[in-house]
Amino acid sequence: MLHEMIQSLPQVLIDGLTLGTVYAVVALGYTMVYGILQLINFAHGEIFMSGAFIGTAILIAFSSMGLLHSIPSILVVIIMLVVAAVLTGFLGMGIERVAYRPLRNAPRLIPLITAIGISFVLQDVVRFIAELAKGNYIITGPSLFTKQIHIPTSSISSVFHDSSFKTSFLLVLIIAIILMIALDFFVNKTKYGTAMRAVSLDRDTAALMSINVNKIISVTFFVGSALGGATGVLFAVQYGTIDPYIGFILGLKAFTAAVLGGIGNIRGAMLGGIILGILEMFAAANLSLLTGGVLGAEYKDVFAFAILILVLIFKPEGLLGKPVAEKV
Amino acid sequence: MKEKLSAFKLHKTPQLILFVAFVIVTSLALYFSQKSVISFLLLLSSLLFLYYMNLKNRTKWMIGLILLFILIPFASSGGPAFQSYMEVATMVGIYVSMALGLNIVVGMAGLLDMGFIAFFAVGAYAYSIFATPQASNFMPFGHYPLDGNSFWAFLIIGAIAAAITGVLIGVPVLRVKGDYLAIVTLGFGEIIRIVFNNSDSPINFTGGAMGIASVAHPKIFGYELSFPNQFYFVTLVILLFTLFAVLRLERSKLGRSWKAIRENEIAAQAMGIPLVKTKLMAFALGASFSGMMGVVFAAKQQFIDPTSFTLMESFTILVMVVLGGMGSVPGVILGAAVVTILNLQVLTELTNWVNQLNLSGVVSIPDALSPAKMQKFIFGALLIIFALYKTNGLIPAKNRVFDEKKLASDKSNSKDNDPKGNPMTTLKDKDSKEQTKIYS
Repeated sequence: MLHEMIQSLPQVLIDGLTLGTVYAVVALGYTMVYGILQLINFAHGEIFMSGAFIGTAILIAFSSMGLLHSIPSILVVIIMLVVAAVLTGFLGMGIERVAYRPLRNAPRLIPLITAIGISFVLQDVVRFIAELAKGNYIITGPSLFTKQIHIPTSSISSVFHDSSFKTSFLLVLIIAIILMIALDFFVNKTKYGTAMRAVSLDRDTAALMSINVNKIISVTFFVGSALGGATGVLFAVQYGTIDPYIGFILGLKAFTAAVLGGIGNIRGAMLGGIILGILEMFAAANLSLLTGGVLGAEYKDVFAFAILILVLIFKPEGLLGKPVAEKV
Repeated sequence: MKEKLSAFKLHKTPQLILFVAFVIVTSLALYFSQKSVISFLLLLSSLLFLYYMNLKNRTKWMIGLILLFILIPFASSGGPAFQSYMEVATMVGIYVSMALGLNIVVGMAGLLDMGFIAFFAVGAYAYSIFATPQASNFMPFGHYPLDGNSFWAFLIIGAIAAAITGVLIGVPVLRVKGDYLAIVTLGFGEIIRIVFNNSDSPINFTGGAMGIASVAHPKIFGYELSFPNQFYFVTLVILLFTLFAVLRLERSKLGRSWKAIRENEIAAQAMGIPLVKTKLMAFALGASFSGMMGVVFAAKQQFIDPTSFTLMESFTILVMVVLGGMGSVPGVILGAAVVTILNLQVLTELTNWVNQLNLSGVVSIPDALSPAKMQKFIFGALLIIFALYKTNGLIPAKNRVFDEKKLASDKSNSKDNDPKGNPMTTLKDKDSKEQTKIYS
């Protein structure tokens, strides 16, 4: 049994890393918003989904214009990323303005409910745009970077099987890492980042220090949503087929990743995402092996939620977070 | 105009005459027309008017019961659409009962539960497994399927099973707070659905994604209940029981503790309310109503599969509670009725109408925009609008109002029994008397 698990390990690590980086970047959006407003932005998964659709729409437009062969693919991806990030960034800002800002002093249940509302509306709007344009809401874009690369991991040691990945895996990994490093720089080194951290530490005092709190919150939403949208594009490039409902469960798992790493902590979200992605792929590959066929790969979602529940119960501050005492 | 309206609000007789006329007209229209959804809805809405009428509570209940038990089934029995009306009315009853259950958890105790449909699923599966040959796959004793008489026992078993599930989920979950609770319950709701979806191997418990078919119809005194109009009465009786229980609970010590926890957990704890126990009670009681209706649902549909218990269903019930008014029993009933009727009647009728328009070539509305598919959009928009502009819902929750004079006189009575004469009470009495003087 152990032997078989080790055999599949390289492939599990590669798939897990792909999924994990996607979770990590989406988790950043959750964690930034939570850090600054103590609000779970339920609509973030839908922003991710919108990004995937915007990216695919651009890709389809390019291919219908016949430009796909004349422009290098990497440029196409960059255009997709930038356009999707900017549009979803504004979408996120708009959501904050409409659905969260008026409720900033309301009981905490209420913004959560508007967030669910927003995510429903976005799902349905995207569905009928997709259905109007294509006749079906499940969209498959033209594929880029489909070349399979084999790594002869069995040559390292005979306990491993060979593994392989699409070239888009490298793209996803590199872009996600660039995004994360850029965000880390933005938050820790720039003026806006400093203001953001100040607001998340203490909103009232930050306002006294002549920080425009509303503006900083808007910027946070813009950056978080833009990251989410860009990840959506990466997801679409990597997996090809998208539908309006991918965002919800993926969003939940990204949230799990944020909690796992310590919510409100940006590096924690990155770590949590990658750990969760690898664990989930490991579970999908080995769960039926481990339990003797009782639990199959279809329990991988259960596995992710179980991690969330366990973390919340035993270590609610997460891996990198600091425990907070409740104020009366 | 405004004066006339307020005068009308005070006078019972014209209200009653108008109400009776309204009921007679709508029920006659319903009885004599072949299929008139509008008159059916108008007749149902008479219950809402009844709620706002200036009558004694007891009279309102009497009229309401007559409407529900006699007039509505009778008036809708005229046309060929009888069973479909009763089907809708039964579904309304089922959803109202579930929404009342969720209202305990969300509205009264302030715990946002997003996996509420799981309890409904537990009830539904409890009955379906034992009322079909499914149970013989794993039960070492007994003959399965159980016959329809067991339905009545399963109403209680389903409620208990759901309550136990509620406690089992609650014990770990209630250690987390607020927003986290919402996510964790959502996760649990999904876990339960995935488990039901996949527990067909190695031992076939639930039939997996295939679901369980041909669940036994309930029997009473050897008579089999199989039509929606029969289920209507079953649902109605259970609903009334639920309503009675919820109304009693709301005013009880437990109900007041729930509200205290909702308002401020720490303050409530300081006042000696056991947090975990009270929250668990909210989970268990809310779940049990849902589980009971799950049994009815399984018996009525005769077929269940995991697609009836998705996240969307949990959110639908949440929409009902938010729309009606969190914590408000009449509001939640209205919210559940509106959402269910919107789902089952209005949207399907609109879709049919749009399709007809399309066929006749008047306008061409693309299939993507057909109203039946817009459910999510409508629910989402309702959630946003109500959360932003009408946080308290259609009928806001009211706290019981105490009559100041009556309280004061109660106190002065108790003062007579108190030989020392508590200075605090006398002071307060004086204050309240002065206040009443000022006001009068």
